[in-house]
Order: sequence, then structure tokens, then C-alpha cells
Amino acid sequence: MRKTKISNKIIFISLTFLTLLLYWYGKEIANYFDSKWLVKYPKHYSFPFAIYTTTFVKWLINEANFLLFTFNDLTRLFAWIIEQPYKIVLAIFSKGILRGQGQDAIQIIEPLSWISVVGIFFTLALYTKDKFLIILVVLSIVYLAVFDQWQSSMITLSSIIIAVPIGVILGILFGILSYKSKILEKIITPILDLMQTVPVFAYLVPILVMFGFGPVSALIATIIYAMPPMVRTTLLALNNIDPQLKESGLMSGCTERQLMWKVLIPVSKPTLLIGVNQVIMLSLNMVIIASMIGAGGLGYDVLASLRRLDIGGGIESGIAIVVIAIALDRLSQSFANLPTLSKKTQLTFYNKYKKIIFLLLYIISIYILGYFFTFFKFFPNELMINTSLFWEELVKYININYFDNLESFKITLLTFFMLPIKKFFLGIPWPWFIFVLTIIGWYFGKFKLALLCLVMSIFIVTTGLWEKAMITLYLCGSSVIIASIIGIPLGVWAGLNDRANKILTAFIDTLQTLPSFVYLIPVVMLFRVGDFTAMIAVILYALAPAVRYTAHGVRNINSQIIEAALISGCSQRQLLFKIKLPLALPEILLGINQTIMLALSMLVITALVGTRDLGQEVYIGLTKADIGRGLVAGLCVAFISIIADRIIKAGSNKLKNKYGIK
Amino acid sequence: MNKSPKLVCKNVWKLYGDKPKEFLQSHNYNPDKRIIEENGYIQAIRNATLEVYENEILVIMGLSGSGKSTLVRCMSRLVDPTVGEIFFENIDMGRLTKNELIEIRRHKMGMVFQHFALFPHRTVIENIAFPLEVQGINRAEREKSAMEIIDLVGLQGRENYFPKELSGGQQQRVGIGRSLAVKPELWFLDEPFSALDPLIRKEMQNEFLKIQNSLKKTIIFITHDFDEAIKLADRIIIMNEGRIVQIGSPEDLIMKPADDYVKEFTEDLPRERLLSVKSIMNNQKQPSNALTVYEDEKIFSILEKVLSEGSVSVIDRSNNIVGSLNRETVSRFINN
Repeated sequence: MRKTKISNKIIFISLTFLTLLLYWYGKEIANYFDSKWLVKYPKHYSFPFAIYTTTFVKWLINEANFLLFTFNDLTRLFAWIIEQPYKIVLAIFSKGILRGQGQDAIQIIEPLSWISVVGIFFTLALYTKDKFLIILVVLSIVYLAVFDQWQSSMITLSSIIIAVPIGVILGILFGILSYKSKILEKIITPILDLMQTVPVFAYLVPILVMFGFGPVSALIATIIYAMPPMVRTTLLALNNIDPQLKESGLMSGCTERQLMWKVLIPVSKPTLLIGVNQVIMLSLNMVIIASMIGAGGLGYDVLASLRRLDIGGGIESGIAIVVIAIALDRLSQSFANLPTLSKKTQLTFYNKYKKIIFLLLYIISIYILGYFFTFFKFFPNELMINTSLFWEELVKYININYFDNLESFKITLLTFFMLPIKKFFLGIPWPWFIFVLTIIGWYFGKFKLALLCLVMSIFIVTTGLWEKAMITLYLCGSSVIIASIIGIPLGVWAGLNDRANKILTAFIDTLQTLPSFVYLIPVVMLFRVGDFTAMIAVILYALAPAVRYTAHGVRNINSQIIEAALISGCSQRQLLFKIKLPLALPEILLGINQTIMLALSMLVITALVGTRDLGQEVYIGLTKADIGRGLVAGLCVAFISIIADRIIKAGSNKLKNKYGIK
Repeated sequence: MNKSPKLVCKNVWKLYGDKPKEFLQSHNYNPDKRIIEENGYIQAIRNATLEVYENEILVIMGLSGSGKSTLVRCMSRLVDPTVGEIFFENIDMGRLTKNELIEIRRHKMGMVFQHFALFPHRTVIENIAFPLEVQGINRAEREKSAMEIIDLVGLQGRENYFPKELSGGQQQRVGIGRSLAVKPELWFLDEPFSALDPLIRKEMQNEFLKIQNSLKKTIIFITHDFDEAIKLADRIIIMNEGRIVQIGSPEDLIMKPADDYVKEFTEDLPRERLLSVKSIMNNQKQPSNALTVYEDEKIFSILEKVLSEGSVSVIDRSNNIVGSLNRETVSRFINN
């Protein structure tokens, strides 16, 4: 045992040393042997995955034929099915019912007025019996009206109302299917991994090509993006059910279907509701991105403002999205935590549906009142508040007064931190990089992981995107380093101090509710475009898990171990450094892992501020509607995150096994 | 006791691993434990053969990992045995279709679980009525039956509580109630009282005996607690490492332990309280003694008599002399 440890150390040190050596002298060595391919993978050896993919999808759309119908018919049918409920919801919240087409259309029935929507959310919040929440939700909806975001908000809300149930139902169904069949589980799990790691932009293109530009495409993209956690949650919940509970269902004489719908699914309900919350949050996260393929609503407003560099407008719409996100998040969370189980009393029909009856009466009376007073129909213009000018002025003020400070901060970090990392990643010859990666894979996960690392990194090389992948690594790496430097100490603080924990948790919860895109807005304001801006946005977005996992790790150490350490005479400092931190390490590693995952997904979005990494490649694929280019670059990003994920998880498990923690 | 078997297990094996059936076949259905383990299989049940008689309480006793839970799950076909046959009322359980199995579970079997396995989203009455609900019995009727059971298990007034609002003992009463809802003929209890506090456990054991006295079910009761086994059992099966070590009445186990493993369980028991006169008496029928004791009296209750008298005659309940007992035998038994 000892011996292998020492030899491991020697291997580790020599590998590091060799890597540094190659980084400094790689070019010279390559020049000396006259083999430039060592440093730069030759272009004519790269395999045109992109072109093949594009050709395949084009064939699929134009020619694929399943005897009775074409692929095109299939996609159209699918789109039609999703479009119908969307039209209804959109009519209720935003458009009303129209007669006629286009400009000549006459509104026969008005959409719900702002007061009615406030009523609906008020009623929903009433079920949670949480006074604070009721106030929060009502204020949020009123906010949308007061700050003149109503029309766009309702379009966005409509798409959420459609995307979430479809995502949840499909998620539960796929979850059940993969629970029932081990083979299916084995097929679905890697697909889910890919769906969650391939950047969204990458599959926007094929969806765009298949379903065209418009809200339906946006809905489909949103559903694809938001569904995977629901599948996972369902599978997890079902697998975690006490086997005795299942047996007791069987012994009660359940058929398979009764067992699923009367026992397993109801028992998993609390966990499933957490999944629903995630689907809602992810759907909101897609709001801006989906507007690239025609979602409209708030997302489109943000995107358009960003393109016009209209900071004020962007912030206004961005905040509206945030407000909706926070309201829906808190609402769905408290539904998930609702203590439904207490002594049941027989309810009469009236008592059971009292709230809904009142709501319907309320909506009808508001509708009637709307005929007489426009106040009940539209929020009065003269009461609306426009803040875009204020934001504009604020940015101007900051840029005039703090430009030098911000600029020197940016340049310092760029020259002393980011550029060295960039040079390091771009300097290492690719064969060596792959070799070291494979060794690392071997160390943590033996043959399987080594093979995974090898195959995936070779794929990246052969696509000819190695250099861009290295830039992605450098941006991701620098962001994660800084996020960890900030996040881990914060997490430790939250782990040790109850009050800090409360404040930080609230803060981080809010950070995590924000759609990723929103982070770009203030950062662009302050630092304009470029790698640095991208990094700051990524850090902000990816900070949360570092804090959360660290706090959790420090907090959840067996109290008897702490007592034993105290009895042994530890000071608080010794307790932290000798006991708590080492034991929390596996958890901290998982936090860093999550940070990396979030960083990679954010990086693709930062392509909008002009990075030159894989994300940019994906984004170009989107703007040029080049399916292959986008998908292949997207796959490279996915592979990077899969490699990082597997290695870190294996490392964390290794540590946990060593300590015997579960 | 009516000695017709309700359930019969014949040479039941359960191995866990890859293709266990083929493995057993290639080893002539009798591989050594060593060979089983060397080939990467886990032996859960090894060649179990037994009969369960009508209206008896058969206790399966063994430490954790001895295969008792697996055996009982094979009997109810929650787990399919690797090889072997199980007959329930002369029906081969292995040949039942899915629907036939469901029918049997809906009408003839009930099971109580160690950790209660109550449905947390259903109230007490909904839990107890659940087996009736899945049969499609209408609400009024099933709730009426459930209320009778609630009375039987002593949960009056709690029918609209949710499981988490009940104590452990009360929760297991719900579990017992649910398993009785279909009026089963075969009643499985898988360590039903192991998760309870000692005092509650004792109370529940007594209650269980009371229920059995009025219902007269055929019972297969699993426990790892030998005292519990002795207290409840008509017959006991001792299992060790998947194998049935001994089947017999409590007295058999104490007087004639099959091996050291069984002996270890029985050693520290207060034997004079468990054994009857019959098990230690002398078969010579000496008619001379004026003092008599019944053969089925427990030894501790006749100790004084024998020690002071020196010798007594043993009679059965029809007052026929069946043997005798003297001071030496008794004092040897006590000091042993």
C-alpha cells in the first residue's frame, strides 16, 4: 500500500514537470524534429464530421420517408400538437380571441386583464398559506404591469405554462419507462447526459431547420432543455422507494399498473415536485435563448436590446424575467414543501373548491367591470414607470467616474492571471495532453475512464477544433479557479455560522433563479466585450454550487466526530483545518464539479460577447443555420464536460470510500 | 392440531448471480457452499424443504442474512426461487400466471412488514382498505370492512390519521390491519415487531396471540429474536446461511438441538419455564406414588412438589399414568 502511494507521487511529480517542460519548450522541440503536427493538429487530417452531419440532417428533412409519411410530416404533426394548447393559453393571457386575420382582426373576447392574472396568482399562493409568499407573488405580478412589461410577460408566461406540463409529463413517462426496463435505462441515461451537457445553441439549429422559426420551435427547444432533470428525478424517486413498500403493494394484490399509479408515483410525489420546480426554472432559463429561434416575449426584448446596445431596455426586460423566475420558483418550491399530510377531515364540495369558485367569480366580475372602466382592462399608462433612462444614466455615471479603476482591474487580471493560463493550455502539444488526460483517467477510474478520456479527446482533435477547445478550457479553468477562491471560503463561513448560512443561502438561491443570460447584461455594461467580460459573467453564474456544496459538506459532518475532536483538545481553527475541511473535501469536489458544469454551459452563452472558443463555434453554427458545425462543436463542449464530470466524481468517490462516508 | 399441509416447499434454492439455474443444473443441484461462492454466486436459500400446517404458527428464526426473509418472499412469490417447487393448497405457485398470482394475493395471502411499509399518502383507513380498493370494491363497502378491522387492531378513532402521525406500535397495527383486510388464509409476518421498543413489542406479541386465537390463520412468522420465537411458535424453523438447520417444536429445539448453532440459542433460556414434565420424565410407569403431576405442566411449576416428595407419578389429562419423575432427574436438569 505504502509503496504504491510513493510511486504514485513520483509519477504525479514527473508528469507535472514534463508538462511544464513541454509547455515551455514544446515549440522548439517540434521545430527541432521538424514535426509541427505535434503542436498543431494538421488540418487535412481532420475528419469532416460537421459536413456529414449537415448532409444527414438535410437528407432527413428533405428525403427521409417512412413508407406512409415523410420525416417532414412527422415534425409537422408534432409541431401541430404542441401548437394547439399554446394557441389557447396565448389567447387567454395575451391575445384574446380574434376574428379575422392580421390587421383587420377584431377582438371578440379580451384576454385576461392584469387584475385577473394577479387574482390567479394570489389564489395559487393562498394554498401555501405563506403570508410572505403571497405578498411576494402579488407584488411580482403587479410589478410587470407597473413597469410596462405586461404584453411581453404574458407571452413568456404562456410559453412557460405550455412547456412545463409537457416537460413534466414526458419526463415522468420516460422516467417510468427507464425504471421498468433496465435496457431502456442504459439507453436513456447517456442520452440525458448528452442533453444536459450539449450546449443549447447546438440543438437550436436542427430544431430551427426542422420546425422553422417561431414560438413552436422555441417551445420544443425549451422542452428538450428542461425535461432531462424530470426524467432523472422520476427515476431516482422510483429507485429510492423502500422495497418493502413495493412488496406491500404487491401483496395487497396490485396489478402492475395499480402498483405504479396508486403506490409508487403517489409515494414519490414530494421528490417529483422538486423535479417540477427544476423544470420551471430551466424553462425560464431558456426564455432568452429560445427567443433566438422565435419565442418572442421578454426574451426577445432582452435580446433585441442587447443587439441595439440599449442597456436600459435590456435591464428592464431582464428584471421582468427575474421577477417572474423568483415568483414561480418560490411558488413551486413551497408547493413542493407543502405539509399536506395531517389528519384528514371530510370536506364538502364547497369547502374543497371554495378558492377556485371565488377566483372564477372574481375573474368574471373583473371582466364585466372592464366594459365600464378601462382600469380593469389595462393598467393605466399614466401610472406606468419607465426606468430605462435611469439605468442608462447609471451606466453612464459609472463609466465616467470609475472607468480607470475598472479598466486597470480588468487589465491586471488579464495579464497576470488569464493570459498565462491561456498560454499554458495553448502551449501544450496535443498528444501529450491526451496522454496525461488518459493517465489521469486511469488513476481515478481504471480502464473504463481512461478509454472515455482517450476516445473523447481524440474526437475533439480530429474535428480540428482542438485550439478552440483549449480556449474553452482556459476560460472555463480561470473562471472556475476564481469562483472556487471566492466560493469555497464563503461556503466554509456558511458552514460554520448559522446567520451567514441564512444570508448566503438566500443570496445564492436568488442567484440561481436568474436565467443565465441575465448575468451578461450588467457585465457588458461595465466591461464591454471580450474574454474578461465572459469570465466575470461565468464566475457570477457558476459561483453558487461552490458555496452550497462546501457549506453542506462542512455542516453535515457527524456530530460525534466533532465532539471527539473537541474532547481531544482541538481549537476551533484546528477543528476546521484538521477535521472539517478534510472530511468535507469529497463534497467540495462535487461542488467544484457543478461549478465546472455551470461554467461550461454559461461559456457558450458568452459567445455573444465575443469569445473565440467552442461556444463561438456553436453560436456561428446557429447564426448561419449550419447544423453540422453547431452540433459538432456542441458535442466537443459536451465531451469536455463529461470528461471533467467523470474524473471529479471518481475522485470524490475515491475519497469517500477511503473515509467510509456515504 | 390438524396436520394437513397448507403450504409445501420442496427443495427450494435461491442463488443470486448470473444464470444461477444453469449453474445449479451443471452441479447436479447440489453444489458445495464453497463452490457456490468461488463461482461468484450468493447462496440465499439452500435446498429448503418444509411444510406449513393449517392453523399453526410457524416461526422462521435466524440471524440477519440467514435467508429467512428470502424464503418467505419465495413462498409469496415476491421473489422467484431459482429451483424448487412451492405448493399452496396443492397449487404449484411457480406455474401461476401473473393474473392468477394477483388473484391469490387478493384473497388468500396477507403480509406484514418489518418497517411497516405503510403508504404515507394514505390515511389509516385508506391504508387498511387499500387491498380491497385494488380489487375494485366500492368505497362504502370497503370502508365498512376496514372499520371492522380497525376495531380488531385497536385503532378506533384514528382512522383519519396519516401514518406519520402515529407511533411505531400504532403504525404496525395499521400494517397488521391492512394485511388482514382481505381475510387471508395464509398470513406472513416478516419481523413485524423488530422495529419496536421492547415494551411495545411485548404488548404487540400478546395482542397478536389474541388476534390469532380468534382468527385461526395459518401463520408464517419471521423473527431473529429467539425469545419471541419460543413465545409464539407452534413449530420453529432455524435457518443459518440459507440452510434449514432444524425444524421442531420449541421443546425439541431445547432438548435435542441439531447442532451447536441451535444449542447456542437455547443455552441461556430459562428452560424450566419452557419445558414440560413430559420432556424429562422417566417412562417407567410406577403406580406407587400418591402424588401426581400432569405431563404438560411446565417444570418450574412442579419443582417444589418433586423436590420435597422425592418422586411423583406423571399422568396425562385423562389421568392415565404415563411415567414418573424423581428428585435426582429434576435436580440434574436444573443444575445442567
